[in-house]
Amino acid sequence: MATQNTKTLARLMMAPSVLLLLIWMIVPLAMTLWFSFQNYNLLNPANVSFAGLFNYQFFYTDPAFFQSIWNTLAIVVGVLLITVVGGIAIALLLDQPIFGQGIVRILVISPFFVMPPVAALIWKNMIMHPGYGVLADIAKFFGFRPIDWFAQYPLFSIVVIVAWQWLPFATLILLTALQSLDSEQKEAAEMDGANFVNRFIYLTLPHLARAITVVILIQTIFLLGVYAEILVTTNGGPGYASTNLAFLIYRTALLGYDVGGASAGGIIAVILANIVAIFLMRAVGRNLDR
Amino acid sequence: MGSITLKNVSKVFGEAKVIPSIDLDITDGEFVVFVGPSGCGKSTLLRLIAGLEDVSGGNILIDGKDVTAAAPAERGLAMVFQSYALYPHMSVRNNIAFPLKMAKADKAVIDKKVADAARVLNLTDYLERRPSQLSGGQRQRVAIGRAIVREPSAFLFDEPLSNLDAALRGTMRLEISDLHHQLKTTMVYVTHDQVEAMTMADKIVVLNRGNIEQVGSPLDLYRNPRNLFVAGFIGSPRMNFIEGTYAQSKGARTAGIRPEHLGLSKDSGVWTGTVKVAEHLGADTFLHLDVDGIGQITARCDGEFGAQYGDRVHLTPDETKLHRFDDKGIALKA
Repeated sequence: MATQNTKTLARLMMAPSVLLLLIWMIVPLAMTLWFSFQNYNLLNPANVSFAGLFNYQFFYTDPAFFQSIWNTLAIVVGVLLITVVGGIAIALLLDQPIFGQGIVRILVISPFFVMPPVAALIWKNMIMHPGYGVLADIAKFFGFRPIDWFAQYPLFSIVVIVAWQWLPFATLILLTALQSLDSEQKEAAEMDGANFVNRFIYLTLPHLARAITVVILIQTIFLLGVYAEILVTTNGGPGYASTNLAFLIYRTALLGYDVGGASAGGIIAVILANIVAIFLMRAVGRNLDR
Repeated sequence: MGSITLKNVSKVFGEAKVIPSIDLDITDGEFVVFVGPSGCGKSTLLRLIAGLEDVSGGNILIDGKDVTAAAPAERGLAMVFQSYALYPHMSVRNNIAFPLKMAKADKAVIDKKVADAARVLNLTDYLERRPSQLSGGQRQRVAIGRAIVREPSAFLFDEPLSNLDAALRGTMRLEISDLHHQLKTTMVYVTHDQVEAMTMADKIVVLNRGNIEQVGSPLDLYRNPRNLFVAGFIGSPRMNFIEGTYAQSKGARTAGIRPEHLGLSKDSGVWTGTVKVAEHLGADTFLHLDVDGIGQITARCDGEFGAQYGDRVHLTPDETKLHRFDDKGIALKA
């Protein structure tokens, strides 16, 4: 009887937060779903009617659709590659005892505190700009023609900017994991005749598996929706070369005033995110169980 | 082969002189135990031998070869760590095989050696498990297995039993001793537990503040401690130290008598004391007494003696087993 009461009480206590979360999630999702089946254009907001699957068909046949999906995945995979590999490398360096360790660590983490539009603007105007960017200066110093990064390699440029922002996050998580590696295990491996490379492969990397999984899962969630960096640098261009799904939805909704079409795009994005999530949990999720 | 020689070995951490200077000879096949209170530098000494720490001065020779500058893996030693330091993501088989794999041994050789080690250590049924699925004693055996397969010239043990419960510690003590008799390889064993030192060692090295207080066989140290420190450290319960007129009457600053060398009687004796605490262990009873004119004394008596709190009992020290120490705490020869 006592447990029955505790259970009821516990449920009552949890109810408000569960309810809030439910409203928070379900209402926007339901509204998006609803709008995706409506003819709803902001240029003509009085004339709303049922559209059936037309919005989905419209979004699907958009010439930018498949490219935007490809771009979305390219950004996710590209940034993950750079941040995980780079994060492990930097974490290994930061794990060494050096003079001014605290300050170096704060400096390494600081990019994470810079908000995305600001970071993107700095990269656009001060680093990658073909006229007065740092990279252009370096190219000129060596006698090469400066590269117009956003015109020639738009997607790559965005991957670099986003990776720069997420590298500290990956480094931080991997560094803490690295510090939890038992020093006696390292010494044991040393006595067993494992050199640095072998210690890394057989001891450090398996130890980092869980942290790497966390980095991949968390970053994927955010990287699927990269938007600000695209808006302030390439604006999705040239053409659709750097348009990802989030940016395509923004274009449809706020440049085309097509709420119905954008909602259909939003639902497609949700489905894509779920596919990615299932794939990821299959691939790396088992690392979390140990 | 596994003789180890330390010549003037010293170790300094920043300002702290952990080991001022140590000379020590360990002959091949010996079971040597470094024993001392925590912070006496015994683990540091072991790590110096292993090569996990660099010496600040002096030389380390293994089989007559100077290895002072050699990397840990080149010294041909194997170490068993306090935390076992098993690789958590590898199966028991891969843990044991790891040093062989690093040495690029043949697969067939690896399989055979792992199987042999597993048989010796009763691990055959657990080869496919992960360390996290094993009990403390089994993990300990895996750590030993990983050391055995390398066929090292000497084994180094760093407080290997301190994470086990008392019963298991007793069993593992026997197993390690047994292993030493089977392998006949040099073993260097670090512990703070004098019981482990007494029961397992061929030779005990008593360390205090980075200095060797005395080196000798267990019974040698028990019978003839060179100074107060060794006398107090070896033997359980510890030796009673008596100062004042009694010691002076024996021509010493301090007199030492072990609890087991005190005869107890309810009728008559040299000293008389009141029982403060009686610890009944069954076979034995340890009496903590307040002896008139002497002070606090611990005595060991038969379990059937039957003393209780507050009882008046009589004690007679066995004067042939009395230890005498001078002003500096050095033992006086009889």
